[in-house]
Amino acid sequence: MEDSYPQEYGPRWSDRRVEQMLGALVCAVVALLLAMIVIVFIKGWPSFAHNGLAWFGPGGNVDDQLNAIFLSGQAGAEYIYTFHAWPLIWSTLLITGGATAIALFSALFVTVFIVEFAPEWMSNVLQPVVRFLASVPSVIYGLLGVLVLVPFIGNHLVSESQKASVAGVISLSGYSVLAAVVVLTVMIAPLMVSIFSDGLRSVRPGWLEGSLALGVNRWRTTWKIAVRTARPAIVAGTVLATARAIGEAVMLAMISGSVGFAPNPADGAIFVFEPSRPLAPTIVKNIDQLSSPPANATLFAIATVLLFSAAALSLTGWATRRAMRKYGATA
Amino acid sequence: MGAPVATPPSASPPGRNPAPSGKAAVEGSATWRLSDRIGLAICWALGLLFCAIAIAIVVYLLIQGIKYLRPSMLVTPASAGFAQSETGGFSDALVGTLIVAVMGISMALPIGIAIAVWLVEYGRPAGLARITESTIEAIAGIPSIVLALFGTVIFSSTALGFLSRASGGVVFGRSFFAASAMLSLVALPLVVASTREGLQSIPRHVREASYAVGKTKAATTRRILIPASRPQIATGAMLGLGRIIGDTAIIVVLLGATQNFAPVEGASFPFDYLRGAGTTLTNFVYEASPTGNLNQPQKAYAAAFVLLLMVLALNAAVDAVHRRARKVGAWSS
Repeated sequence: MEDSYPQEYGPRWSDRRVEQMLGALVCAVVALLLAMIVIVFIKGWPSFAHNGLAWFGPGGNVDDQLNAIFLSGQAGAEYIYTFHAWPLIWSTLLITGGATAIALFSALFVTVFIVEFAPEWMSNVLQPVVRFLASVPSVIYGLLGVLVLVPFIGNHLVSESQKASVAGVISLSGYSVLAAVVVLTVMIAPLMVSIFSDGLRSVRPGWLEGSLALGVNRWRTTWKIAVRTARPAIVAGTVLATARAIGEAVMLAMISGSVGFAPNPADGAIFVFEPSRPLAPTIVKNIDQLSSPPANATLFAIATVLLFSAAALSLTGWATRRAMRKYGATA
Repeated sequence: MGAPVATPPSASPPGRNPAPSGKAAVEGSATWRLSDRIGLAICWALGLLFCAIAIAIVVYLLIQGIKYLRPSMLVTPASAGFAQSETGGFSDALVGTLIVAVMGISMALPIGIAIAVWLVEYGRPAGLARITESTIEAIAGIPSIVLALFGTVIFSSTALGFLSRASGGVVFGRSFFAASAMLSLVALPLVVASTREGLQSIPRHVREASYAVGKTKAATTRRILIPASRPQIATGAMLGLGRIIGDTAIIVVLLGATQNFAPVEGASFPFDYLRGAGTTLTNFVYEASPTGNLNQPQKAYAAAFVLLLMVLALNAAVDAVHRRARKVGAWSS
């Protein structure tokens, strides 16, 4: 059989061989991902095993705990694993949730604007702008945040009385949930816009024309027909942007304040000015502690949580898109 | 996007469908209800806000860059010192960024193209194809800090000691090899997605014509399909490059926390540097920012400006490729 192939490059490039080689490569990449999930989980397991579900709960000062964990790995003493990550998790939820909500709102409007309502010149300007904003490295956003936004918040938005009111607990210097949310929103909204607009453009013109022919105005047609049909793309974009937000480490390490503190919305609006530190920046901040076995396990446990949240997000997105497929929409 | 077969004859080049609504008969907003008009106003406001943010970033960094960037910084390595005038420049970081970009993309490109070719042209068994698609999607969603931690595990293993500094059986695991390999994973999904788009936009009859003159599938892929999807591959490569250049977490973790090249003694020329630790512009900006270890905001601005110029150049290149591809035109089906 082998001989019946027209062989331009000799047997080395026969179709079957090429298919097998490519298949092997694909399998290797899949295996690499699986290996990563397994290895990260195994490495982090001691931390989960020692703390149980309390790992995710509140209790004590996270920074002190991290420090104790690190030190216990050095002297040859018994390893300490006690770690209650709630302040970090809460900070992640707060910052990611806030940024995703604001970004989703603004990205939807901007997408609709670019695709439907902007005059030609405006959409010709906006498209490169969105692409540019999406491609600015996160460290530049972090630098601008730390040198422009943080001092502005610290000097102008937070009043002296507010600073005094929490002086015993935490210092309000501008490194805050607010700064983190604002910069993160600017980072992820363009990502959403670029995916949303692909979806919005692929809506069948006939559906829109049908709606317009019934006398529905363009605004309503866009929102009721186009945006609804493009929902799978909206879910896909939101999932990707949220995953990026959860995993953003360096920018947030620069501007979120780097204190293991859980801002409490019950304290009133002041909580947006309070510093905190999400999960991913915690890894960056403590990266030089990898040599201490218990600290190593703790950092990998944090990475496991990040990995599984990212996986859970894409799974949710996939399931949602699947459920929406019956509307005949594509993403 | 959709299947290429379904594209109508008048379709514009792939990925660039015209706005669906009939622009010919544009109805003004004067007849709309108040709520709809408020919505349109929000659209305008947010659109202008996006433009304002982009302009603010570029102009602000331009001003700071012109103020603080000296040509000498580009050729002097960083050195220890107390004042910002004594600490040299960031030539090592600049070269490091270039090394990482070249190495990362030269790993991501062949692998990404191969995966895309397999997905579009072969894709059997279907189960594996679906798993591969989800894998690529999953890699796109994995935080780069997790990739970095995973990299420390792989590259600290004794078997891979030849890729980084090893002393007394302990493998350091931080090197240009380690960082580039993990960064190539960051670029991989972009390369795959965009190559796939290119391959899918080639109509079926092109492949059939090639088979009809006796070419094998492999030869068709190599001689026809990949050359034809070159614009998309280039786009993917440049998007990937942008991500590689801009990534900080992997660099901070996997390139060793230094500000200079730290070549491994005893290795031959390129490998002593590539096996050693180093730095890149993103790492330099991070360390030189007020929250980093160096705290030299002026240098950070200068380096950030250089980084931004690179990103802008990449963006312009992507635009140029798009425009050229559109001029050449799509396949007539």
